Amino acid sequence: MVQRNVTPLVFTNRNSAANAATIGRFLMSLKKIGFAAALLAGTILTTATGARADGTVKVGVLQSLSGTMAISEVPLEDAELLAISQINASGGLLGKQIVPVEEDGASDPSTFAQKATKLIEEDKVVTVFGGWTSSSRKAMLPVFERLHNLLWYPVQFEGNECSPNIMYSGAQPNQQALPALTWAEEKGYKSYFLLGSDYVYPRTANLILKKHIAHDGMTLSGEQYVPLGGTDFSSIIAQIQQTKPDIIINTLNGDSNVSFFKQMAAAGLTPDKLPVMSFSIAEPEAKAMGPSLLAGSYTSWNYFQSLPGATNASFVDAYKAKYGADAVVDDPMVHGYVDVYEWAAAVKKANTFDPKAVRNAAVALGFEDSPLGSVKFAGDQSMVQTGYIGELQPDGQFKVIWQSPGAIQPEPYDPLTFPGKSCKLHTSF
Amino acid sequence: MQESAYLLGQVFNGFSVASLFILAALGLALSFGLMRVINMAHGEMLMLGGYLAYMTLQVVPGPLGILAAMPVAFLGAAILGGILEWSVIHRLSARPLDTLLATWGVSLVLQQAARNMFGAIGVEVVAPTWLNHTVSVDSGFFKGLDLPFTRIFILIVAALVLGGIALVLNKTRLGLYVRAVNQDRPTAAAMGVNARRIDLLVFALGTGVAGLAGVILALLGPVTPTVGQSYIVPAFLVVILGGLGSLVGTTIVSIIIGLFTALIEIFVDVSVAQVLLLVFVILFIQIRPQGVISIRTRALEG
Repeated sequence: MVQRNVTPLVFTNRNSAANAATIGRFLMSLKKIGFAAALLAGTILTTATGARADGTVKVGVLQSLSGTMAISEVPLEDAELLAISQINASGGLLGKQIVPVEEDGASDPSTFAQKATKLIEEDKVVTVFGGWTSSSRKAMLPVFERLHNLLWYPVQFEGNECSPNIMYSGAQPNQQALPALTWAEEKGYKSYFLLGSDYVYPRTANLILKKHIAHDGMTLSGEQYVPLGGTDFSSIIAQIQQTKPDIIINTLNGDSNVSFFKQMAAAGLTPDKLPVMSFSIAEPEAKAMGPSLLAGSYTSWNYFQSLPGATNASFVDAYKAKYGADAVVDDPMVHGYVDVYEWAAAVKKANTFDPKAVRNAAVALGFEDSPLGSVKFAGDQSMVQTGYIGELQPDGQFKVIWQSPGAIQPEPYDPLTFPGKSCKLHTSF
Repeated sequence: MQESAYLLGQVFNGFSVASLFILAALGLALSFGLMRVINMAHGEMLMLGGYLAYMTLQVVPGPLGILAAMPVAFLGAAILGGILEWSVIHRLSARPLDTLLATWGVSLVLQQAARNMFGAIGVEVVAPTWLNHTVSVDSGFFKGLDLPFTRIFILIVAALVLGGIALVLNKTRLGLYVRAVNQDRPTAAAMGVNARRIDLLVFALGTGVAGLAGVILALLGPVTPTVGQSYIVPAFLVVILGGLGSLVGTTIVSIIIGLFTALIEIFVDVSVAQVLLLVFVILFIQIRPQGVISIRTRALEG
C-alpha cells in the first residue's frame, strides 16, 4: 500500500492520545510483571487461545508509532482503539473485556515481524490489528501463517496476495483503481497519463490499469515514475503538455504530491483545466497539502468522511470527541475501526476466540450498517465494498460524485493482468 | 506542441532546475569555501526559510506577501546561522569531523523543533496569483511553448542573488577580507583582519541565502519539517563537483546538471535519468577530483 510520507523522520511527535498509549504500555508492562509472578504462583490459568480466566482477552494493535509512517499510522491506531473501547463500554465480548496490547512497528518491516511474533508468543493475543505498508504486511505474513494467528489489514493495496491468516479489508485494485478508470471512461476521457512514485504499489496498480486501458480501447499517453520524495516535475509536465492527456492518474506518494500540484499550477495546469485522479490523497493529506492547491482534483476510495448515514456521523463524532474537533478521518482509519467490529461479530458468531474458528465465522458475515455502508468479507477474506469517487472541495472535504453500482466483489488477482490465478480460501462461499 | 518548442522548453527547464540547485547550494559553497565547514544543517536553513515564508504570509497576506517573505527569511536564517556559528561551529573549527556530527545533531534538533511547533505534516505556502500564469509563444518556430512565470521569476531571483554575492565578494571591503582570509588565514589575521568576525559574517550570509532560497523552493515544493533533506544531497553534489567553495564552479555545475537531466529525460524516464546523473557524477569525479574550478589556496597547500 501507499506510504504516505517518505522522507526519513528520525524522531516523531506523537499526539497526547499516543502519549497516553505510552503510559498504557508502561502500565501493561507492570501488569505483565504481576502476571508472571501470578503464573509462578500457579493461580492464573491461561487457555491456549489467550482468553484469560480473569475476564479479559488480549488483542494486538501493531502500527508504526515512530518513524516515517507514524504520521498515518498513529491516527489509524487511534481509530482501532476507539472501536475496542466502544465494545468494552458496551459490555465487552463473550463476557470479557478486550485488552489492547500496543506495539510499535517503527516503520520497519522486520520490526513488524518481530513485534508480531512477540505479541502472539509472549502476550498470547488472539488476533492482531495492524500494518500499513505492503512491505510490513509481507514481513508479517509468514509469522501469522507459522503461528496460526490472524491479522486484520486495513489499508488499500496492490492485491496479488492470498493468505488464510490475513483479513484484507482495504481495497483490492478492482475496488479502487479500476472503479476510477470506469468513472473516467464514463466521463468520456480517452487518453490517460500514469504518474507514480517508483515502488511496488504504483508499478503494480499501473500494470493493471494499462491492461484495462488497452483492453477498453483507450490510449496511454504516457507513464512516468519519480523516485520517492522526488521534487522536480519540470520534464514530466513538459511531457504532459506535449502529449495532452485527457486525465492524469496519480499514484505519487507523500510530499511529492505537493511539488507536483504546485508545479502544475505554475504551468497553468490546475485541476479544472486538466483533471487529476489521485489514489493516495485522502482527507488528512488534503488538509496537510492545502485544499486550495488540490481543489477540484479527484480521488477514489471506499470511504469518505462526507458519506451520508447516521452510523458514519456517529463514528466521526465519537472520533472527534476523543481526538479533537479538527481531527479528520479517512478510508484506512475507518477500515481499522470496522475490522475491530467485524472481528467482534465473528467471535460472537463462533463463540470462541480461536483464530481459525474466527476467520471461518468472519467470512460472509455481513456488517450491514458500518460507517462504510454495507460491507462483508468474501470467500477470499477480502472485503466486499462500494467504490466512491470524490471531488475535493475548498474546505478540504470530498464531495462524492460517483459510486459503483452496488458493492464490488474483491479480486486479489486481476484476471486481465494475472490470468489463471485465483484466491479461494473458503470454498463453500 | 512542436518538437522544436518541446526541445527549447526542456532547455528552459534545465536552466530552471539549475537555478534551484544554485539557490540551494550557494550558502553551502560560501561557508565551505571560507571555513571548510561541512554544515549538515544547511537543509534545515532551507526549511526555516519555508516556514518563515509561511509565517510572513499569515501576517502579510495578499499578492506581495512572498516578496516580503524573502528579506524576512534571509534575516531570520542569517541570525540563526550566526548563533549556530558562534555557539557550535567555531568552537569545533579545528575538528572537521566533529563539526559534521554537531551540525547533523543541530539538523535533527531543528527538524524536531519544526515538528513540535508546526506539526509533522507540512504547512501551506501557495504562490500568489501574479506568479501563476505562463508566457506562451503562439506562432513561429517555437509555437506552443509555455513558460511558467514562476520559473522565470526564480531564474531572475537566482541571477540577482548570484550577482549580489559576486558584488559583495569582489567590490566591497568585506569581500576583500573574505578573499584574504580564504587565501591565507594567518597572514590575513597578521594584517589586522578579524578572521573570527569574517567567519561569523560569511556563515550568517550563507545561511541567510539558504533561508531566502527556502522561500523560493516553497513556491514549487512542500514545506515540511524534513523538506531540507530532499535538497541537501543535490546541494552537496553541486558544491563538490563545482570545486569546493567556488561560486563560479557551483553555477557552472548547476547548469550542467540541470541541462543534463532535462535533456536526458526526453529519452528516458525520470528514475533512469537520476541513475544516469549519478553515473555521470561518479565518472566526473574520477576524471577531475578537484571539481570544475579548483581553488588553490595556501591553506589547502599546507
